[in-house]
Amino acid sequence: MTVFIMCFILFLVGLYGVLTRRNLIKIVISVTIMEFSVFLFLVLIGYIENGLAPILTEELNNPVFVDPLPQAMVLTAIVIGLATSAMLLAIAIRLYKKYGTFDIRKINNLKG
Amino acid sequence: MKGLTPIVKKVAQLMSGIIFMYGIYIVVHGHLTPGGAFAGGIILAGSFILLILAFGSEVIKLRKEETGSSFTESVAILATIILATAGFFAGSMVFFNNYLPKGTVGELVSAGAIPLYNIFIGVEVAAAIVTIFLALIIFKEEEEER
Amino acid sequence: MSNLVPLFVILPLATAFLIPIFGRFIEGFQKSLLSLVLLFLTILAIHFIVAGIGQPIAYQVGGWSPENGIPIAIYLVLDGLSVLLLLIISLIGFLSTFYSISYIRKFTSQNNFFALLSLMIAGMNGVVLTGDMFNMYVFLEIAVIASYALVAFGIERTELEASFKYQVLGGVASLLILFAIGLLYWKTQTLNMADIANVLKSGNNGLFLVFTQVLLIAGFGLKAAMIPFHAWLPDAHSSAPSPISAMLSGVLIKAVGIYAILRLFFNMFAISYEISMVITVIGTLSMVVGVFLAIGQWDLKRLLAYHSISQMGYVIIGVGMGMLILAEGGDRSIASLAIAGGLFHLVNHAVFKGLLFLNSGAIEYVTGTRNLKMMGGLFKSLPVTSTTALGASLSISGIPPFNGFFSKLVIIVAAIQGEFYLLAVLAIVVSIVTLASFMKFQRYAFFNKSKFTRKIKEVPFPMCFSMVVLVILCLGLSLLIFPGIRDIILTPAVDVLMETTNYSSAIIGM
Repeated sequence: MTVFIMCFILFLVGLYGVLTRRNLIKIVISVTIMEFSVFLFLVLIGYIENGLAPILTEELNNPVFVDPLPQAMVLTAIVIGLATSAMLLAIAIRLYKKYGTFDIRKINNLKG
Repeated sequence: MKGLTPIVKKVAQLMSGIIFMYGIYIVVHGHLTPGGAFAGGIILAGSFILLILAFGSEVIKLRKEETGSSFTESVAILATIILATAGFFAGSMVFFNNYLPKGTVGELVSAGAIPLYNIFIGVEVAAAIVTIFLALIIFKEEEEER
Repeated sequence: MSNLVPLFVILPLATAFLIPIFGRFIEGFQKSLLSLVLLFLTILAIHFIVAGIGQPIAYQVGGWSPENGIPIAIYLVLDGLSVLLLLIISLIGFLSTFYSISYIRKFTSQNNFFALLSLMIAGMNGVVLTGDMFNMYVFLEIAVIASYALVAFGIERTELEASFKYQVLGGVASLLILFAIGLLYWKTQTLNMADIANVLKSGNNGLFLVFTQVLLIAGFGLKAAMIPFHAWLPDAHSSAPSPISAMLSGVLIKAVGIYAILRLFFNMFAISYEISMVITVIGTLSMVVGVFLAIGQWDLKRLLAYHSISQMGYVIIGVGMGMLILAEGGDRSIASLAIAGGLFHLVNHAVFKGLLFLNSGAIEYVTGTRNLKMMGGLFKSLPVTSTTALGASLSISGIPPFNGFFSKLVIIVAAIQGEFYLLAVLAIVVSIVTLASFMKFQRYAFFNKSKFTRKIKEVPFPMCFSMVVLVILCLGLSLLIFPGIRDIILTPAVDVLMETTNYSSAIIGM
């Protein structure tokens, strides 16, 4: 049970970063930390006591594997997280070129 | 951006070949060992990016946009879709059917069409990561020229 | 014919990757290919509607049949609600693509625009069709990441800032959805929506399930731009290019926001009173707060974006009232009337909000400004744009014989019959305030004295064509109120939702 609470604490650390940091790149890193905490949670769901890694080879007979479905989910989700981070960083670089700063307090043209 | 010192350049030239081979190993054995398309594709991209980082902008100075890798990526995804559609016509009428003959468990040539999917998607992921990297690097080049 | 269901996802996906290869060599290839593909998908969707969907078509990807009674494939499910949304996505997508044939001349990399638009449509079709929770998350991310790039397309300062804000908020919402999917998998050991419905029927659920439901409401509520998760919408929808604004406001917030809430809370979770109350309260707040934030706007597209929040509130009220009546075990005919009103307003809003954004794009194309104080006297110079904008404004304000009147009438009648008198009064008040807001738009944009010194001509033909088709649809959709036509289009969708969790037995036969 403690591992799930640690995952949740990591999620809250990332959320704190998104809410309070002023630098654009630090916001991007905080979003990435939040993503990783959710991936950790997903993988830990499939754990079974004394389970082996779910690879089928010839020598084993009736082994107990850990659940492979959350691992497949996390593989796909990692790639999606990569696309999200790449998109965020591309926009952040162009924002730096337009405004000359990474500070979000100075990037507020849109109001109302 | 200038390249790094000659020692780094020489070591990068040697290592990128080994990393490329390792990436191909991970991709092709995707149905036997952990890894498969995504992880192997990123390792393949790593070998290209290592070369670009070590040699600096002399390598890409002659290009204005990243057409080669973008073209490779589109072709690889179209090959995946054609492979899925071929299952529609060859076997029963469903997409993504696993219609090639499946061999014995544990052999390299087995599990139907899954190794082919792994190869195509591995190439696609590598091309996509190199495209993203080149897009960011070339943008920085344009900014520094000004 | 049921084998053609994956075409809705595969065709736009293949188009998105054919365009960068051949668009370099063949001039105008990208526009014609995408238009033809979307026209074909619209005809396919109309065919599925007219042929009738008695039983939902459950298509197993890869042909994996259930083993030992456990469904192991990813299912693509085509039923009344899915086909209605597929029709809206394909139709508005086709008209936006046709419109952007001439609008896109202001931008440089046209290949990327059409490829990203095609990816967004593929993602939305996937969300609407799929019957598997994690597959829905994957397609949701495809659609939403393509829309991040499209919002930032013309690379000005405001567009980049709007896109960054949209991305951070949307990313956090997607993480909440993924977290909820993980919790659901932990509880039920399966990802198939119909199977989850079966497993949840038997066990005793309680606090764990309420936590998951709240996370899903928060995550999908942000995608559907409900109050209090609306902060990204005015910036993103006003900074995007106009055909993309029409797609985003007209289709994306419905297909990935409201459709997901409908599918999950009617057909997967058993209807509970507290969650229905939460959804109805959020809908009411969206309706009221949206319109009062919209009144003071002088930027045309921000005005339209705030009105999107308000009209989405109408849809959620209609659906929420149906949920409340079903949860209390009340009269099922009133519940079905409320849900029919909500879905009818969903279809109507896609049409008239798309038309309004295309009109604003035409005004911006010709005059170069979005500020209402700087426009005037466009009625003589732009006859087609003015007439269609008048039609759309009358639709959204609820004036007969346009379609907005009939859908709002059905929602208000259902509210009165179900004894939700406060909601009926609020709906009427919000409709009057919407009318005032659009009278302001009409007066300042079209009927004031002209402030322009140069000659203004009408917009090119493709833009006119899309706008005229949409205004004809605005009048034509009023016919959906008659029983004959309603039974073909709306009633299958309402029946799917009214069946609630019995839907699962039709999918996997358990």
